[in-house]
Amino acid sequence: MTPKRRQKLLIILGGLVLAGLAIGLTLYALRANINLFFSPVQIAQGDAPIERSIRAGGLVKEGSVFRDPQSLDVEFRITDYVDELGVSYNGILPDLFREGQGVVVVGKLQADGRFVADKVLARHDENYMPPEVAQALEDAGYSPADYQEKAAEVGKRLNKQASE
Amino acid sequence: MWTFIHKWGSPKWFYSMSGKLQPWFWTVSLLLIAVGTLWGLAFAPADYQQGNSFRIIYVHVPAAFLAQSIFVSMAAAALVFMVWKIKIADMAATVMAPLGAVMTFVALFSGAVWGVPTWGTWWMWDARLTSMLILLFLFLGVIALRSAFTSRDSGSRAASVLAMVGVINIPIIKYSVDWWFTLHQPATFRVTSSPSMPTEMWLPLLIMVLGFYCFFIALTLMRTRSEILRREANKRWVMDLMKEAH
Repeated sequence: MTPKRRQKLLIILGGLVLAGLAIGLTLYALRANINLFFSPVQIAQGDAPIERSIRAGGLVKEGSVFRDPQSLDVEFRITDYVDELGVSYNGILPDLFREGQGVVVVGKLQADGRFVADKVLARHDENYMPPEVAQALEDAGYSPADYQEKAAEVGKRLNKQASE
Repeated sequence: MWTFIHKWGSPKWFYSMSGKLQPWFWTVSLLLIAVGTLWGLAFAPADYQQGNSFRIIYVHVPAAFLAQSIFVSMAAAALVFMVWKIKIADMAATVMAPLGAVMTFVALFSGAVWGVPTWGTWWMWDARLTSMLILLFLFLGVIALRSAFTSRDSGSRAASVLAMVGVINIPIIKYSVDWWFTLHQPATFRVTSSPSMPTEMWLPLLIMVLGFYCFFIALTLMRTRSEILRREANKRWVMDLMKEAH
C-alpha cells in the first residue's frame, strides 16, 4: 500500500469512528425518547407525565383480565414483575392478546394512577413453534421463563438506576 | 493472492469471469427460492400463536438480512473505490443500490402486512422500524446523490462518502431491539445461540436466506457487466466484443 493510500484509508476510518461516536452519544442522550414505552416501574416512580398521550408496556398479568359482559369494556393489569399498572380499555383487543402476553398500551395516565388506553397493541416474542409443540410444553408445565427472567432483569436495572 | 485480486479489478477479466459464474448463481438462487417458498408456505408448520400469518417470515427475514448486507457490501465497495481507485468497485456499488432499496422496501412492507394481524398496527415509530426506514432513505440518498452531479467522478465520490457514513446505521438496526424497548421482538436468528424455533421452521427460512443471497450475487454480476459495457464502450476490447457479436 502506498503511503498516500494508507493516509486516505486512515482518514476515512478515523472519520467513520468520529461520526459513529457522535451518533452513539446522541442516541445515548436521547435514549429515554427512543424507548417506545414506559414500563410499570418507571410509571410507579413517576417518570411518566400525567394526562398526556403516552405508551406503557409489559406483560398482561395472569388472572387480571376482567371483561364486562355487556360492553367492550375490559380491564387488566400489566406487569414487569416489579410493579404493576391497571389499564382500562374500551374496544377490540388484538388476536394475540392473552394473559401472560406482552402488550403495548397507548393512552393517558390518570392522576389516580390508572391508565386509560385508547389502543392496545400485542407484542410477541422471538419464539415460534408449531401448536403441537406448544401444547406439549404446556402439558409439561412449562412457563415463558426466558421472558420473565428478562423482564425481571430490566426491572432490577431500572430500580438500580432510580436509587442512584 | 494479490495478483488474483488485482485481476478481478480489471474490467475485461471481470467481464469474462462473471459471465462464466453468473448462470451458476442464477440456477442455485432460483432453485433455493423455489424450494424455500414451497416448503415455507405449504409444508412448514403454522405458529402456535400467530397461525399462518407467521409464514410472512419466509419473505420478511431474508429481505431484511439482504437489505443490510447489501448496504455493507456497497459501503465496502465504496471504501475500495475511494482508497484504491478501483473502478470496478464503483460500478458494483452503483448497481447494488437499487436492489438494496427494493429489499428494504420489501422488508418494511412485509413487516407492515405482518404487523396488522399480530400487533394490531401496521406502523409504530419504534427504534427497529424507524432505523429500517432510515436505511431506505440512505439507499435512495445514495442513488440520488450519484446522479446529482454532471461529472460521474464527483457523483461517485459523493455517493461513496454517504454509503460509508451510512454504515453506522447498520449496528443501530441490528441492536435496536436489545438497546431500547421496542414493539419489534428480538432476533430469532443469532450467531451466538441456536435459533429459537424448531428445525422444520428454520430450515426453509435458511434456504430462503441463502437463495436471496445467491440472487443478490447473480443480479450484481449481471448488472455490473452491463455497467462495464456502458462505461468502457469506447475501449478496444469492448469494440472487439461488439464486432464479434455482429
